[in-house]
Amino acid sequence: MNPNQAPRTRIRLRYGKSGRIRFTSHRDVARIWERSLRRTGLPVAQTEGFSPRAKLHFGLALATGYESDAEYLDVDFKCGEMAVEEVLKSLVDVLPDGIEATGGAVLAPGAMSLQQAVTICDWDIELLDVAAGDLAQWVDQVLGAATLMVTRERKGQKITDDLAPQVRALEVGEPTSRGVRLLATLGTQPRAARPSELLAAQEPVHRPVLIRRTRQWIEQDGARLEPLMVGAAPVQHTLVGVQ
Amino acid sequence: MSLWPELELVLPEVSKPARYIGGEGGMATPEHHPSKVAWLLAYPDTYEIGLPNQGLQILYEILNERDDSVAERAYAPWVDMEAEMRAGGLPLFSVDTHRRAGDFDVLAFNLSAELVYTNLLNCIDLAGAPVRAEHRADDDLLIGAGGHCTYNPEPLADFVDFFVLGDGEEVVSEITEAVWDWKRSGKKSRQSVLRALAAIEGVYVPSLYDVAYDGPALVSITPRYADVPAVVEKRTVADLAAWPYPKQQLVPLTEVVHDRLNVEVFRGCTRGCRFCQAGMITRPVRERPAEQVRTMVADGLARSGYDEVALTSLSTADFSGIEEVVSATMDCGAGEVSVSLPSLRVDAFTVGLAAQIQRARRTGLTFAPEAGSWRMRQVINKLIDERDLYGAVESAFSQGWRRMKLYFLTGLPTETDVDTLAIGELARNCVELGRAHTKNPSVTVSLGGFVPKPFTPFQWFGQNTVSELQRKVFLLRDDIKRNRGVQMKWHDPKASLVEGIASRGDRRIGRVIEEVWRQGGTFQEWSEHFDYDRWTQAMAKHGLSVDWYVHRHRTEDEVLPWDHISAGLHKDFLWQDWRDALNEVGLEDCRWTPCYDCGACTGYSIEHIVASAVPPAGGSQGTGQVPTGYQPPEEVSVQLSGIGARSST
Ligand code: SF4
Repeated sequence: MNPNQAPRTRIRLRYGKSGRIRFTSHRDVARIWERSLRRTGLPVAQTEGFSPRAKLHFGLALATGYESDAEYLDVDFKCGEMAVEEVLKSLVDVLPDGIEATGGAVLAPGAMSLQQAVTICDWDIELLDVAAGDLAQWVDQVLGAATLMVTRERKGQKITDDLAPQVRALEVGEPTSRGVRLLATLGTQPRAARPSELLAAQEPVHRPVLIRRTRQWIEQDGARLEPLMVGAAPVQHTLVGVQ
Repeated sequence: MSLWPELELVLPEVSKPARYIGGEGGMATPEHHPSKVAWLLAYPDTYEIGLPNQGLQILYEILNERDDSVAERAYAPWVDMEAEMRAGGLPLFSVDTHRRAGDFDVLAFNLSAELVYTNLLNCIDLAGAPVRAEHRADDDLLIGAGGHCTYNPEPLADFVDFFVLGDGEEVVSEITEAVWDWKRSGKKSRQSVLRALAAIEGVYVPSLYDVAYDGPALVSITPRYADVPAVVEKRTVADLAAWPYPKQQLVPLTEVVHDRLNVEVFRGCTRGCRFCQAGMITRPVRERPAEQVRTMVADGLARSGYDEVALTSLSTADFSGIEEVVSATMDCGAGEVSVSLPSLRVDAFTVGLAAQIQRARRTGLTFAPEAGSWRMRQVINKLIDERDLYGAVESAFSQGWRRMKLYFLTGLPTETDVDTLAIGELARNCVELGRAHTKNPSVTVSLGGFVPKPFTPFQWFGQNTVSELQRKVFLLRDDIKRNRGVQMKWHDPKASLVEGIASRGDRRIGRVIEEVWRQGGTFQEWSEHFDYDRWTQAMAKHGLSVDWYVHRHRTEDEVLPWDHISAGLHKDFLWQDWRDALNEVGLEDCRWTPCYDCGACTGYSIEHIVASAVPPAGGSQGTGQVPTGYQPPEEVSVQLSGIGARSST
């Protein structure tokens, strides 16, 4: 049988990453998902070729060391129907501490990939080296700046970008037990702006102790959709144990 | 108690922070208690090299299963992390609960390579204990070490309180009991615990021995007390079936070497390759029952989620009924499971397993003929027939492989340029065989400099000099250059020299190791940190001759630094085997032929446990273990499709 014609179900899963496991890389997390899905015994579709791998499609990479409430991946199953509840339930015991699947939805055929579809992310940034008042001033400066030039290195080349259009929202949040909190909404297209770049874009440069992605959004016709909410009907939407 | 809040602030600053987080699948959650002996099991290299170490994982499980002990793990912090730790006053810590090393009773190292010795010193120092054993207070950490390198413990004798020789499964409990007596008494007397440890079979406490020299020559190593053994015997687990460990192999969160399920199918090897220390010191052969292997594979795959299994041993194709075990393995798991057979013998590849291979993962394929000429292979007792090698290579190419790697040693006893050049000839012939099947066949020759090891027939042989090894490397390189299909890689001869200093050094070499460490010489097994000059300068500074330690042939009557250690092997057996080597006389595998009384079984009243009474098909002999060099050889990886595999139409 031609594998292209085999029945397939694509499920989008949302998961969190927190605690010590935040120091694993995006690649490490991909391997953790491969092993965990194998342990569930669910019929995950495989790539063709000499070393077949599970067909997993990851969204935006999360930098090593960041936490998140809102990571996503799309998993292809080699069957016509697959219940989201069943997938979420079988993941409970196999995912390592710190990675928790918190929701899922069956995607309509032809749904845009995560990397293309997501346009903005919300970030929660904890800082210890600044007082709340000074941070508020810093926020005003960032929001007032006409341009925010940041330089990064890519393949040995220095590239300079203007971060200003990517800063969609910025405010000082409730203090944490040990420091202050900065809440930011940053654009992801054509290239995802990183919180570390934001912190370096305006003097004085702040050193974060913890950065957490709290939401990813797909902007559609002026509305903000959570990535589980997109796609044509029928879409199942299940949320379990969101913390 | 936990250092995590402090580590959390440091980890964003270092490379590969996942090295320090622990959290592996199968990790223990030990409950420390004043009535339990706390072990910190350390591997003196990076996390990704150390995590898969099976010996360490086995002891970790056994100690955590006991009521009276707990165990956690530590690995050498990479240089950037060490700098952060020293700057922030952070000590060596466990990755399990991030507890400081000083909160444990015992810090025990696994030693599998000589070049990590300076890392051992560094870890002791980071743990907050004095580096020299003599400077430790009564209640300081007890420093232990086990693993293959401890068969010559002398270079580390000044730094380690106790060494463990041989299999650790049983002795680790006896040590725990001795340590508990010390702990219960408020750690009042270090001498008393050292004496108690020395009374345990398989445990060597170097501070209880006097060493006498006559000029450069070692005269004797003798116990200071009547109840301390003159010769320390190794420990051997008689039956592997009684120890189905690790039961919960650790599944790391980040990438490590050998990142797959590893199931040890047998321990010991009697192929008798004369350069191979591992084969000599782990005798006799003890196979795990095939049924237990199947269970361990099935359970391990189910709980780990791995899709690759390595059936490990020193020469896995020798396992009785290997084909049945491999086919049972491919039936495990939900989808496709690939099986790695480290140290695959070439004859078994053609005749045995090839028949089963339908879908091969066409990455790399490695064979280890070890020497280029038949004469040389007789000297080293690696009796691989050239026809067997060509047969294996032929079938690999015919099954679609385009590249393979061949492992060789240079600097072997009696080696001439004819032998060295024969390596090139073999490689060229392999490429020629490949041309019949593929347009661009490629053969990589990997060449390691031979370092003689204790408890082998070659322990008396004077190692080749750096310039001689370098000359041979270039001779072969120039010979091979003309052939497009043959590539060559080689191990740095200078690293072989340093390995040689530690491999057969005596207690005086400890000063050199300490000197190199004090000058910042850690991670010497990593080429970017290896510093040859530091070693040779430290030798000169302490009045020690490289030539005397490394390049000199030893005589039959010479006292060797490990004469007070016993791996069971009779010294006269090894000497006879050394004479046989020089006479190009081979020796058969005693697993299937009568015993020649090397001492490994006879001395301990144990026997081989081998299910098959006959050698595997193929007939000729040979193991695939390269004892020298740092990088473990790439393995033969054979992928087999499981039930319900894709159809090919
Ligand atoms: S004692 Fe005999 S049977 Fe045992 S390993 Fe030595 S030679 Fe072989």
